[in-house]
Amino acid sequence: MTPEAPRARVRVTSPRTSAARTRNVSIASEIDEQTRLGEVYITSLMRSQLRLALGVLLVLASTLGLLPLLFTAVPGLAGIHLLGVPLPWILLTVVAFAEIIGLGAFYVRRSERNEATFSDLLDGR
Amino acid sequence: MNNAASIVAVVLVSVASLAVGAFGLRLSRTMSDFYVASRGVSPVLNASAISGEYLSAASFLGVAGLILARGVDMLWLPIGWTAGYLLLLVFVAAPLRRSGAYTLPDFAQLRLESVVARRASSLLVVAIGLLYLIPQFQGAGLTLRTLTGAPSWVGQLSVAVVVCLNVLPGGMRSVTLVQAFHYWLKLLALLTPLFLLLGAVGDRSDDPAVGTVFVTDWVEPLQGDHALYLTYSLVLATFFGTMGLPHVVVRFYTNPDGRAARRTTLAVLVLLSGFYLLPVVYGVIGRYVASDLVAAGRADSVVLELPSRLFDGPVAEGLTAVLAAGAFAAFLSTSTGLVVSVAGVVSQDLVRWGAGHRQGIRTFRLTTVAVVAGALLLTVVSAGVPVAHAVELTFAVAASTFCPMLLLGIWWRGLTSRGAISGLVVGGALSMGAVVTTTFGIATAGWFGVVLTQPAAVSVPLAFATMVLVSLATRSSTPEHVAQTMVRLHAPEHIDLNRGSFHPERWYRRPPTAEAGSDATQHPTRPSTGETVRRPGTTARRS
Repeated sequence: MTPEAPRARVRVTSPRTSAARTRNVSIASEIDEQTRLGEVYITSLMRSQLRLALGVLLVLASTLGLLPLLFTAVPGLAGIHLLGVPLPWILLTVVAFAEIIGLGAFYVRRSERNEATFSDLLDGR
Repeated sequence: MNNAASIVAVVLVSVASLAVGAFGLRLSRTMSDFYVASRGVSPVLNASAISGEYLSAASFLGVAGLILARGVDMLWLPIGWTAGYLLLLVFVAAPLRRSGAYTLPDFAQLRLESVVARRASSLLVVAIGLLYLIPQFQGAGLTLRTLTGAPSWVGQLSVAVVVCLNVLPGGMRSVTLVQAFHYWLKLLALLTPLFLLLGAVGDRSDDPAVGTVFVTDWVEPLQGDHALYLTYSLVLATFFGTMGLPHVVVRFYTNPDGRAARRTTLAVLVLLSGFYLLPVVYGVIGRYVASDLVAAGRADSVVLELPSRLFDGPVAEGLTAVLAAGAFAAFLSTSTGLVVSVAGVVSQDLVRWGAGHRQGIRTFRLTTVAVVAGALLLTVVSAGVPVAHAVELTFAVAASTFCPMLLLGIWWRGLTSRGAISGLVVGGALSMGAVVTTTFGIATAGWFGVVLTQPAAVSVPLAFATMVLVSLATRSSTPEHVAQTMVRLHAPEHIDLNRGSFHPERWYRRPPTAEAGSDATQHPTRPSTGETVRRPGTTARRS
């Protein structure tokens, strides 16, 4: 068996002129040039942040915000005592402040996550 | 009451404030240092400064007095003043910081691209600032008179002088340190005496008077006339008013970026919540041992009078001195913040003698003196007018003017400059009208009078509606660069995007050439570097 003569390398290339060119345009430049697509990305970030903010507002309005109505509708609440303190006083001090801080911490975490999603999207990850 | 220890305490607070300010002075060099401390303030320091500035005498003395006098319904004030920051956090904090503006007029011009909107905002900042400043000066006069027997002008003048001495050399940078120091001073001044006071009250809990002071309409909510409307209107004014106060908003530009602005605000929520529990306890203790103050019309001084009700001799004097120091710090820090923000706006917008860096600082200093002198003059003129209620009404004014402009400007592309201006005019006229009628005691009976005392529930929705409807009607004149502005407001800083080239120190200059101006829209320029060219749409001459 004689060793085969080394074959000449053949480079296989194709201009693929008929194939679609890959878009080399980043999302960042879409946004910079204010194209429809760029607009969609920014709008989606704004929407997610606004939805989160409105969610926080809704929770606040439906708990703290309803307290005056609740006190009017159920006058008996003022007679309930916890550890010797009337319930409205507890609700309007410790509970209210704890809720405000809790909602704030929740918002900060979620809004940073929204922004991370957005910047991952722009990096193409 | 002639209390030597209190005088010493007040003098010590003034000297300490000046010393802390002088320390901050070493760090302050450029014009943006003056307005916004060059944006290099860490979240915890900044949060302390924001809280220190925000906790005025109304918080330190007023809350306890109102709870002593009117009971459970007044708990909505500290809640509203804290929840105001929650709404500021979720709707405004990060976008406002990312806007890169120093003041509310800067924001108006960036977003609405209209000099008329800018001027309208400037006027409103001055109006709200003075409306808030006068009660601070008056309160300082009254407090010092209660403590030492000195005439009112002594307290007013000493606050004015210390504020000037603090602001003039160092601007915002030294003020930041001073206000952070004032927060901790106020907290400790309320916290330390509290343990001793609680101990003393505990010994007396079998007092026969106790049962008679806790009457139903004090303990139980919503017992007065129109209580439901008044409570909801107060809630609306305080929840939405905080974000529109000029001295609160200017503090947000001192954060390094939008993310830090959020974290700072969260820290503020914690600091404020911790603080606001204390005056409530003072009010309740006052109900035990000092309920006669209500009938005497001196409920506001309950915090200062409690030590002498429960102790005698040097202990009482010492505790009163500590509380007096805290109260004086409250007057100083809020007045300083207001003076800085009003003087910043006046020197940037209403007077402009030189555009250069040195002239800018000189103008700022001169306007600071002018603002303090003007406020002092107005305080003297309005000496007979009860202005304590004006602080509450200031929140209503802010909630019906700047709040809708910020919320709609940040979250709705459709806001036009005409819409915003008409909203500012409608909301401002309604709420200011209520302030004037209430302050000068033009009493009106029935529902109309009730609405005038707490106008927010009417004026805030009307201001929002005006802005939206007029904007829809003038849809064709949407600001040219609104899309770019939205990118600027909402995209995180670390992403390299074209955010336009608005810079608050250069808004009044024409673009170098028309060509350079159009370049700015084509080549991405980062806000920190690309500020030599302006985008043409925001030229000052355009109106």
